[in-house]
Amino acid sequence: MADLPATATVSSSSDPLVEIDHVVFGYDARRTILNDVSLTFGRGKVTAILGGSGCGKTTLLRLIGGVYPTNSGSVRVFGDVVDAHDDEQLFALRRRLGMLFQFGALFTDLSVFDNVAFPLREHTDLDEAMIRDIVLMKLNAVGLRGAAGLRIADLSGGMARRVALARAIALDPELLMYDEPFAGLDPISMSIAANLIRTLNDTTGATSILVSHDVDECFSICDYAYLMSSAGIVVAHGTPKQLAASEDPEVRQFIRGEPDGPVRFHYPARPLAEDFGVNA
Amino acid sequence: MSEAIAAVGRRTLEVLRILGHHATFFLDLLRACPAALRRPYLVVAQIHAIGNLSLVIILASGLAVGFVLALQMYYALVTYGAAESLGLIVNLSLTRELGPVVTALLYAGRAGTSLTAEIGLMKAGEQLAAMDMMAVDPRSRVLAPRFLAGIVSMPILAILFSSIGILGAYVVAVLLIGVDAGNFWSIMQSGVDVRRDIGNGIVKSIVFGFICTFIALYQGYEAEATPEGVAHGTTRTVVISSLGVLMMDFVLTALMFSTP
Repeated sequence: MADLPATATVSSSSDPLVEIDHVVFGYDARRTILNDVSLTFGRGKVTAILGGSGCGKTTLLRLIGGVYPTNSGSVRVFGDVVDAHDDEQLFALRRRLGMLFQFGALFTDLSVFDNVAFPLREHTDLDEAMIRDIVLMKLNAVGLRGAAGLRIADLSGGMARRVALARAIALDPELLMYDEPFAGLDPISMSIAANLIRTLNDTTGATSILVSHDVDECFSICDYAYLMSSAGIVVAHGTPKQLAASEDPEVRQFIRGEPDGPVRFHYPARPLAEDFGVNA
Repeated sequence: MSEAIAAVGRRTLEVLRILGHHATFFLDLLRACPAALRRPYLVVAQIHAIGNLSLVIILASGLAVGFVLALQMYYALVTYGAAESLGLIVNLSLTRELGPVVTALLYAGRAGTSLTAEIGLMKAGEQLAAMDMMAVDPRSRVLAPRFLAGIVSMPILAILFSSIGILGAYVVAVLLIGVDAGNFWSIMQSGVDVRRDIGNGIVKSIVFGFICTFIALYQGYEAEATPEGVAHGTTRTVVISSLGVLMMDFVLTALMFSTP
């Protein structure tokens, strides 16, 4: 692991809200996705988890949400070990979380308004007038108050992501998790999304965990970042400034987007001559 | 030889795993039902989606079956001078067998596939995962209301199928062929037992509603989250539901009508 975090660890973990301690996890016995990873997410901070596709970033979010138990190691959220929770405790934990899924995961049979109202109707006894006001406030925060009556099918990708964000913050969660919030967005939508994440974090006092492979956008808004490799390990962590200045070859390759380096361009294969039947 | 035994063992374990998975899913579904019953508007909305929207195909099919049944029965009965019994034969055929079975097969094709595709696409679009992360149990919020709605809808649809079938038979037999209307209704009335014939038919359709809806929900919930996965799940819904209904119909008929 790159030796960056001497000072940076303090900024991330002085008051941790989420602690991932030596976690090993695989969806089945054949492949380990996370290989002894340890991360901490400081309260009130925006922390990014960077890494290429398939390195286990989204899996980490699911472990924090208690969707899967770890194979070994522990995930502590709000001070409690998530794996030790029964279903009721798990749902109590999740009521304090908000998660933005990669493609929004909006309910396509409901309108924009009803999507944002969904968690309020499920978890509170508020009357419809109050729910209406809260929903419009949340939609206003993401700039889509005027789109409240639209169907989900009528939204662009960027708008859908913002509606999903409004839904994620409907219950004012203490922890917000964003799964690839910038994927597939045009530059304007990407910039809007990045600003929203930072603004919402600062105005609500929440803690944000951001999973992405968009280095520039992440570095522009995060306080701290972890870089993961396809081997399911954390290869470096630090502030954006520290990571940008890193001389570690893997960190440099990822941040500068170099096609070849420690992370190979080619998937492991037989020798070229063998595949094309050429004798050396 | 040892390879063959190992293959049989693997296959047996796989079958047991699938059965266990079905059983676990069923128990989860049952546990989720009380929560769904506490919010009846969710069940009512699904009765509308599953039941009301299946009405056209059920009524049209019932009418067509009634027409054909009347014609075929007339051709058979008139040879023996028993055409007046046509109403009774049609009624017994519909209430005991054709009503519940054909309704279930149509239900599997129309509502069952729709349920599987809906749940499968919700899964593929991470809507179920999102619900779970919002601390809303998708089994209580999505699956259980549909399950209950299917069990409620099926007997109602089967009753409507049989009723419209009898009316269709009346049109063909009485209005077109000229069978005596009084005999048509009176022989039917005296020969049909409400508990034994109609009651058992309703029990059958409740069981079929349970089978078809459970299979549709299971296939959707367990479908691979890809277009191919949803397509396969939808196909399996129709095939397994149809076979399940036909086999269970034999079992139920043997149990219900074994004595005269």
